[in-house]
Amino acid sequence: MTALLVTAVDENASLAPPNGGAAATRPAIRRTGRRRADARSDPAWVRWLVTSLAVIFLGLFIVLPLICVFNQAFSKGIEAYVAALRDPDTLSAIRLTLIVAAISVTSNAVFGVIGAWAIGKFDFRGKNLLITLIEIPFSVSPVIAGLVFVLLFGLQGYFGSWLVAHDIKIIFALPGIALATIFVTFPFVVRELIPLMQQQGTEEEEAALSLGASGLKTFLRVTLPNVKWALLYGILLCNARAMGEFGAVSVVSGHVRGETNTMPLQIESLYDSYQFAAAFAVASLLALLALVTLVLKVILEDRLVEE
Amino acid sequence: MSIATRLGGHRSGVIPGFGITLGTTLLWLGLVVLIPLAALFVKTAELSFDQFVAVITSRRALHAFALSFGLSLAAAFANLVFGSIVVWALVRYRFPGRRIFDAIVDIPFALPTAVAGIALTTLYADSGWIGGLLAPLGIRIAFTPLGIFVALVFIGLPFVVRTVQPVLEDLDEELEEASASLGAGRWMTVRRVVLPSVVPALLTGFTLAFARAVGEYGSVIFIAGNLPNYSEIAPLLIVIRLQEFHYADATAIAVVMLVASLVVLFLINALQHWSELRTGRRP
Amino acid sequence: MKISVVDVVKRFGDFAALDHVRLEVRSGELLALLGPSGSGKTTLLRIVAGLDWPDEGQVQFDGEDALSRPVGERHVGFVFQHYALFRHMTVFENVAFGLRAKPRNERPSEPEIRRRVEKLLDLVQLGWLAKRYPTQLSGGQRQRIALARALAIEPRVLLLDEPFGSLDAKVRKDLRRWLRNLHNEIHVTSIFVTHDQEEALEVADRIVVMDKGRIEQTGTPQQVYDHPQTRFVHEFIGESIVLPVVIAGSEVQFAGRPIGIDPQGIADGAATLFARPFNITVLPASAEADLKGVVKRIHGIGAARRVEIALGGEPEQTIIEVDALRSQQWRVGQVVGLRPEQYRLFPSRA
Repeated sequence: MTALLVTAVDENASLAPPNGGAAATRPAIRRTGRRRADARSDPAWVRWLVTSLAVIFLGLFIVLPLICVFNQAFSKGIEAYVAALRDPDTLSAIRLTLIVAAISVTSNAVFGVIGAWAIGKFDFRGKNLLITLIEIPFSVSPVIAGLVFVLLFGLQGYFGSWLVAHDIKIIFALPGIALATIFVTFPFVVRELIPLMQQQGTEEEEAALSLGASGLKTFLRVTLPNVKWALLYGILLCNARAMGEFGAVSVVSGHVRGETNTMPLQIESLYDSYQFAAAFAVASLLALLALVTLVLKVILEDRLVEE
Repeated sequence: MSIATRLGGHRSGVIPGFGITLGTTLLWLGLVVLIPLAALFVKTAELSFDQFVAVITSRRALHAFALSFGLSLAAAFANLVFGSIVVWALVRYRFPGRRIFDAIVDIPFALPTAVAGIALTTLYADSGWIGGLLAPLGIRIAFTPLGIFVALVFIGLPFVVRTVQPVLEDLDEELEEASASLGAGRWMTVRRVVLPSVVPALLTGFTLAFARAVGEYGSVIFIAGNLPNYSEIAPLLIVIRLQEFHYADATAIAVVMLVASLVVLFLINALQHWSELRTGRRP
Repeated sequence: MKISVVDVVKRFGDFAALDHVRLEVRSGELLALLGPSGSGKTTLLRIVAGLDWPDEGQVQFDGEDALSRPVGERHVGFVFQHYALFRHMTVFENVAFGLRAKPRNERPSEPEIRRRVEKLLDLVQLGWLAKRYPTQLSGGQRQRIALARALAIEPRVLLLDEPFGSLDAKVRKDLRRWLRNLHNEIHVTSIFVTHDQEEALEVADRIVVMDKGRIEQTGTPQQVYDHPQTRFVHEFIGESIVLPVVIAGSEVQFAGRPIGIDPQGIADGAATLFARPFNITVLPASAEADLKGVVKRIHGIGAARRVEIALGGEPEQTIIEVDALRSQQWRVGQVVGLRPEQYRLFPSRA
């Protein structure tokens, strides 16, 4: 059946051949009217439905609250917004938040590097258990995180009387807030570094040592640069959580405006006293922080992939 | 004999610093995490067993537990359903703004809980944009358990999506092509070929969302109403007992929550292990 | 079932993966699509299967337009390079999948499905693995299960994409032979894609040699090996000796001197001579041969001795390798004569 070369010339759908010149000699080839259905694509109505549902869901649960924050923050006008941020109690809350974040981020970054070194470059029994223990703060309610420090250092806590005797304030003061924040953000840096250090292995360090470098030098010049993006990533996430922590800090703080309020607590304080616009003004700062964190996160993730 | 060799040797005999780094790590871990948590159990131990049981089975406590665990379960389930829809759309389809939608999935992670709390309350209050629409229908969200539910869905949203996303992205295209070439319809292919590969990740995401929701405080207490025996979550009850200086009662409730969290943590690890076996990768 | 591919074009951006490909596949034959990577062979296979669509052209199964049907309706059995077995299903469930996927009114009963699956597993000699999972199987076993799964739906054509690519040499050889025997038994029209010419030559009824989206030659293994029609085919299949020559009138010249062979109708100008190593006779310098060279090196042991001969002077020296019979004794530095018994000339590319 040489008529296999049946080229069905369809009156309606003649396709312009690719080379204009050859048009005369080549028979018109019909582009078949088949569905362009891929073996892996869903029917059109499914695509529409699922996409719409996804967009509506995300819009409702994420976009709307964000818009609400900024909408409420500026509801009394720009001047009121700026005035709210310049309020002395709010300023001191911002200062306190920054200090606490600096302390916890530094502490957990140092710990993270040390811990990741021990866990990532060596094998030992109980390693997995150690990793699980380190990740405990992630699964503990922030309220419990605050509670445990009150248990230890509160007035009626185990060390309470000793602290009073030496006139040291932990609970209801900066040290308590810092401790609670350190607890809550404990695993952030180390869990970013461990898989990377493990994956990178020990060859480069061994090479450096064989060339005569000391342990510390090797660490600073070989190991650290190799993990710099993961370190930054961990610090970024740690900072975002540290600045935004509410539950744990709420328990250990004295809620004294101007003294022991971090920004989230100040937000609560303002909200509870019906100063809604001011509360949202402070909230808008933290929301901006969240957005900036996300942007940086995306950028760093690209770097991380290269690493 | 060095610590290292006693613990079973280490990867390389030449890399220094094992002892000191491991020691520091353990010390830090102990001081910051383990000892404080131990204090929890020590304090609870001050109660006799009967007192302990009385505290955690008091009417108020039981309500709080039921509310926290029940609503967390429901919210995690809602996130399972909608998270699946979202992740499918993000991974499989192209639509305008997809990359932005992909990025904003992480917002509940990054946004401080207090900010989320007041924003959601304002939205769903009777005078809010959404609450205002529903109030005439007799549906109240803010200051009811429904409000708590909404807040818990918010904070759990990224868990299912981010856990399933890499698995779905890495799914071998040839599996679906094979299924189609064998004559299976699209729904059958999704149900019998795609879904089983993704189930471990779905469960892990569900469990993570649940674990997060159970302990959530900041996003919830603004919208909750906080009425005992009705809209009072367990973490709030802990705080209240603390403020009353009933430390032991607070710790008793905290211990129950902690044990539950640890069980869930264990479950998550087991699920991740299972998923690794199934698909050869960590979700 | 016959397959006709008519003037199929497939582009990826500017790159033409398939450039007006025409092919007739005969019913019941085992056809190999052979070529280097990028030749378009896998693209062609996927288009026949329905996993890809051409930009132009037609594909017909027994005269009917195949492109109007999605892959699931074409009744093709596709075997993927990396098997694509469903790893959460047992071997049995994998093979049964296609049968269970049929719409209710066409689906055989469960006992019937069981019977068919067991028969197929016996056909591929892996009945004892029915309850195992794919991860518990070796590569060769997985490939046979993938084949059994494809056969379960009683396809009109079997399409195999580099079926033995991921296996090691010994397993590959065994499976090749096994596939050939299987085909002799079941006679389903089959097309398989490979870049391994040994495989194609050994297994296929006919070979389609492809390069850069075009078909270079179609023929039986014998035809393609003994009578390559283009320089690509000559070079790609089997070993070739390549000699740059110049055609001047009725003479073929190498290094300025005629070498006494027929120009085969090639036009004047630069050309290339292709020959198989065993088709060049090496003679002592005293014998009648216009083409001369110097022995550079002799290597190999036993029957497969190879002689490296340098032809022409600096700087255009060409070194060729020919087979040397055991009976012949050559020394390094010796001048020898060469006579191509069978050869092809192709004009050099511009």
